[in-house]
Amino acid sequence: MSEAKARRSDLRYRIGLNLRAVKGRSYPRIVGANREPSWIFFEAFLPLLGIAAYVFVYQFFGGQALAAITTKTTAAPWGMCGHDPCANAAAQAAAAAAVGANTNALVASVVLGGTMVAFWLNVLWSMASQLYWEKEIGNLQLYMMAPMNRMALLGGMAVGGMVMTSMRAISTLVAGVLVFGVIFQVASPLMLLAVFFATLIALYGLGMMFASLYLLWGREAWNLSALMEEPIFFSSGFYFPLGGLLRIPGWGPAIAIAGSFIPASLGLDALRQLTLGSTAFGSNFWIFDVTTELEILVGMAVLFLILARYCLAYLETLAKREGKLTSRHQ
Amino acid sequence: MSTYWRTFKTAAWLGWEMDSNWTEPWLFVLYSVIKPVAGAFILVLMYIVFVAIGRPQGDTDAFSYMYVGNSFFIFVATVLFGTFQVIQSDREWYQTIRYIYISPISYYVYILGRAASKIAVAVFAVAITLLFGAMFLGVRLHLALADVPMFLVSTVLGLAVLLAIGICLGGISFLTAKHTHGLAEGIPGLFYVFCGVLFPLSILPTWGQAIGRAIPLTYWFEITRRLIAPTITVNTTLAGFDPLTILLFLIVSSVGFFALSVLIYKVGEYFARKAGKIDMTTSY
Repeated sequence: MSEAKARRSDLRYRIGLNLRAVKGRSYPRIVGANREPSWIFFEAFLPLLGIAAYVFVYQFFGGQALAAITTKTTAAPWGMCGHDPCANAAAQAAAAAAVGANTNALVASVVLGGTMVAFWLNVLWSMASQLYWEKEIGNLQLYMMAPMNRMALLGGMAVGGMVMTSMRAISTLVAGVLVFGVIFQVASPLMLLAVFFATLIALYGLGMMFASLYLLWGREAWNLSALMEEPIFFSSGFYFPLGGLLRIPGWGPAIAIAGSFIPASLGLDALRQLTLGSTAFGSNFWIFDVTTELEILVGMAVLFLILARYCLAYLETLAKREGKLTSRHQ
Repeated sequence: MSTYWRTFKTAAWLGWEMDSNWTEPWLFVLYSVIKPVAGAFILVLMYIVFVAIGRPQGDTDAFSYMYVGNSFFIFVATVLFGTFQVIQSDREWYQTIRYIYISPISYYVYILGRAASKIAVAVFAVAITLLFGAMFLGVRLHLALADVPMFLVSTVLGLAVLLAIGICLGGISFLTAKHTHGLAEGIPGLFYVFCGVLFPLSILPTWGQAIGRAIPLTYWFEITRRLIAPTITVNTTLAGFDPLTILLFLIVSSVGFFALSVLIYKVGEYFARKAGKIDMTTSY
């Protein structure tokens, strides 16, 4: 056995090589991006505005509902409490307080959804589309010739992406608390961390799987990523509790079930339960309890990582066979 | 002038081919519809959830206000993105900017041409979204025949302002790294918040209302809503402006923003050339 062959079959060497590949691929995302400071403005500050718009929508609804409660008419001297006039001042005050609490919970839902949007967009544009992008700019062939495992390459992209995106996610959370006055009540921080990381691993596992599929699809990949923005924000309940879909007879539950295949759906549902309390929204909008959702997320994480491994190996071979590995702009 | 027109036509054709020829026509139509309709459905669900827990009697006025604003916002997102992404896609992705840039055409007009195909798709998406809202979601639309000319004029002026803003951003993107998606999300987000798209300006703090009143698109949304959904009674705080005043304001704005776009484009181009950034790639 030659020296080179012996080294390649040495487990310690291979682990070291792949860890170096993870570090090497995550390095440009963590360090390289910070050399271009304009990204902080574009990636952290500007996206907050879109989230702010959804926050103001709920505040608009809340304001309108409050106006209905506090507007006195001859028929309703204490304003309207739902369909009927309020019985007295106490009923009016209780209705107004309920509107305030619900508005806060919905605003908090938007803020949490906004943090997850950052990760989802990163998965779409910097994970799933990345191998396709590398092919377009001519780096892919270099990766394919390098001796490390391809999963290490994707792992490095994922780690770098998570760190880079955390900046945006944290700024969204901070803005939610400081600017919009959102109140989070975290009863179980460990569970919260477990759900958060299980969601991230499952999400990035899905991104790794998409990366290999995109490698084969060519130009459709870019459009597919664009297509997986608003429809996924909608079907996965990024800006409203996912259980809201279950209240729509017919197509609502079907969309909710389809959306649940994106780990962010159940992850957000669990995170909302853990930060707003399971009694928020009158407990009407939750899909499962937190433990069940965590179990499903862990299952998804394992499944997507395994599928990513197989997809990558299969599609790399297929792309080589069909001569698409280095063909650009197709 | 004929060179400008030829450049515009060719760029528009190129833009259309790049946007649509990656798939079958029916799939492209579906793709063009799903995105905006899903965006509208996010708002529908937000409304449904709020009504379910906070206002059982519903609020059709607020819903119609929001839905119409969101439908026309498709123009904002598409036209802005369609304009400023041209430089970055030519530079970073296709790496063709050096060849186009040195050809004997106006790159400014080329960008406008590339954006034209996106406007065509946006018109279709806006129409579908409005039609869907009117037919299935109870959005109250009523465009009187007498108001059609004013509606068309205001729409053209609104699009002109958007194109000019897009070129301004394009000029800036000569100097920035590949931030297309941050810009695509962020700049429209600015207008989403401050222009009374989904909620009236009165919801914003005083300084936010002042910003909103200084952006011409706020008046564009106002006049559009007045013309196609005149029965909405939400107080927008802009009732003091009559339609002709708004129209005049849009004409002045489009001329002003056009001048600004030329200035920013030229300055961005000058500094990009000076720093050797015209054809840089930032592929991390």
